[in-house]
Amino acid sequence: MARDLEQYLRPGIGATTFCPGCGEAILMRLILRAIDELKIDIDDMLFVSGIGCAAWIPSPYFNAETLHTLHGRAIAFATGAKMFNPKLKTMVISGDGDLADIGGNHLIHAARRNIDLTVICANNMNYGMTGGQVCSTTPQGAYTQTTPQGNPYRPMDLCKLVQAAGATYVARYSVTQRVALINSVERALQTRGFSFIEALTPCPVQFGRRNQLGAPADMLKSLVDKCVMKEDAENLSLEELKGKIITGEFSDGCS
Amino acid sequence: MAWKKVKSILPAGNYYFSGNEAITEGAVAAGCGYYAGYPITPATEILETISVRFRETGAVSIQMEDEIASICACIGASWAGAKAMTATSGPGFSLMQEGIGYAVMTETPVVIVDTQRAGPSTGQATRVGSGDIMQARWGTHGALPIIALSPWSVQELYDQTINAFNLAEKYRVPVFLMAEEATAHLRERIDIAGEIKLFDREKKPGVAAFGTEESDGVPPMPIFGEREKLLVTGSTHDAYGIRKTDNPLTQEKLIVRLNNKIVNRREEIIEYEEYHLKDADIAIVCYGFTARSSLFAIERLRKEGEKVGMLRLKTLWPFADRVISDVGSRVNRIFVPEMNMGQVVGEVMKYASCEVVPYNQVNGEIIQPNTITEHLRRLL
Repeated sequence: MARDLEQYLRPGIGATTFCPGCGEAILMRLILRAIDELKIDIDDMLFVSGIGCAAWIPSPYFNAETLHTLHGRAIAFATGAKMFNPKLKTMVISGDGDLADIGGNHLIHAARRNIDLTVICANNMNYGMTGGQVCSTTPQGAYTQTTPQGNPYRPMDLCKLVQAAGATYVARYSVTQRVALINSVERALQTRGFSFIEALTPCPVQFGRRNQLGAPADMLKSLVDKCVMKEDAENLSLEELKGKIITGEFSDGCS
Repeated sequence: MAWKKVKSILPAGNYYFSGNEAITEGAVAAGCGYYAGYPITPATEILETISVRFRETGAVSIQMEDEIASICACIGASWAGAKAMTATSGPGFSLMQEGIGYAVMTETPVVIVDTQRAGPSTGQATRVGSGDIMQARWGTHGALPIIALSPWSVQELYDQTINAFNLAEKYRVPVFLMAEEATAHLRERIDIAGEIKLFDREKKPGVAAFGTEESDGVPPMPIFGEREKLLVTGSTHDAYGIRKTDNPLTQEKLIVRLNNKIVNRREEIIEYEEYHLKDADIAIVCYGFTARSSLFAIERLRKEGEKVGMLRLKTLWPFADRVISDVGSRVNRIFVPEMNMGQVVGEVMKYASCEVVPYNQVNGEIIQPNTITEHLRRLL
């Protein structure tokens, strides 16, 4: 963690519990950087998380109001808090399994209501905390603890889902696109209405290991190679787009 | 002082309400600031009437996407400072169980109305039952004591809704209003008092929100937005909310306190009513709508000179163990009529030294006074 951001960390907690090479510690820093750049008083914020690795980004590390909730239900808890006290600048941080699988219905309906929440979904393409099981975002064919023959199903495009449900701001970036992701969190925080960021993050220990994706640095490099900005993707052929991940802002109600 | 007296929003006087309407008015009177719910028979009228009444009073309500979201939104609102309530019936109550456990573990005040219908599963949605009494106590995994009330009239649905908020705020625990279809859809005259006694949660800035020195204490409850940097988690936590998921002492200390804070205060929580018990040979122990039929039955038998009495449990959880033990030592037999296959009767058997006779009716209809009279006659 950059020294100047330590002011936002809960004192006395010490080292994080993220595995070596986990991208979520990077995401943690990028979120705090955005808050710092916007000069938001962190005491005006409420962080809500569910269950899973990414849910531990704010809990217990952020030195701020934090509601660490049930598996899949973070958005429902956040809805209640935000509705009763709209002054709470409310950010939900959780994983893909939490927000999109078990909590998918709450995600859809919060986007439909366009309630003023910022949701950051750390997508590591599997269930990390429970030991690497398949998820709705796991690529087809990928090996996990519960798909030893390879995942037979197609992954879900979370941004399309949330966009279709009516969110004001929808974006996807990788933790390797640091500046773009910081700017995106800032835009999301400034959005009035439902904002959703899918943050791609490597999970070397649970996902990378089973799919021979190499060391943490290799997985980061792979994300750098795979992520294409939406605007650049428009000029690429279907053949060239194979295996690529399109990143950028898909809905931007602020502009 | 946490207790205060407020003027009733409804002018004092007589009103003619259905049970579900009375619950809504009770919530309004108690200063409920947030309601989240999902339509379900026979509780839907609570959501409908609240949607209208809260607009008038400035409170916040929403129809969520399901009952899981409803209970979770209420807990979120409670930590944002609201007195929060949700209402449902059997199937929705089942969906809420994980959220209820979270409220127990995080000591979140929340009122949950269960307008009980005939179950299990979809059962008979428009018919009456009292099959959720054990679920209220034991429905969530690792269950710990909660408070559950059993109103028998429209008047009491109003009064006990207010009481439920007071108890939830005072003890930082989910409180269940175990209504029944029969009273929820009954229309009766009720009296609204001009002044209402309310308990507002105690706040002590800087004091630990999840632990006390005493092994049965209720800590003060801060809320989000007061710069306390609160950390609320359903994982095992220390007095400051910090997760301690592998520390045996923290787990034991927390669970024992959550248990004892209710169990050790049961005498001040429990309410009951006695009818003709002083010289009774047989006592009916009853609750909810069935107590209406029971009272009718014992009044009739008293006129015939039979020594029958009745104990009406207004509080089901924590259970009135000492009262049952006392009544059980004074009578020859206890008769327990219930609209389920036997739930409260098991608790009565635990504490009564006399013979305990159950009566179970599960046909989706109320137990008629005649049915109770006939069964009592056989026992005399």
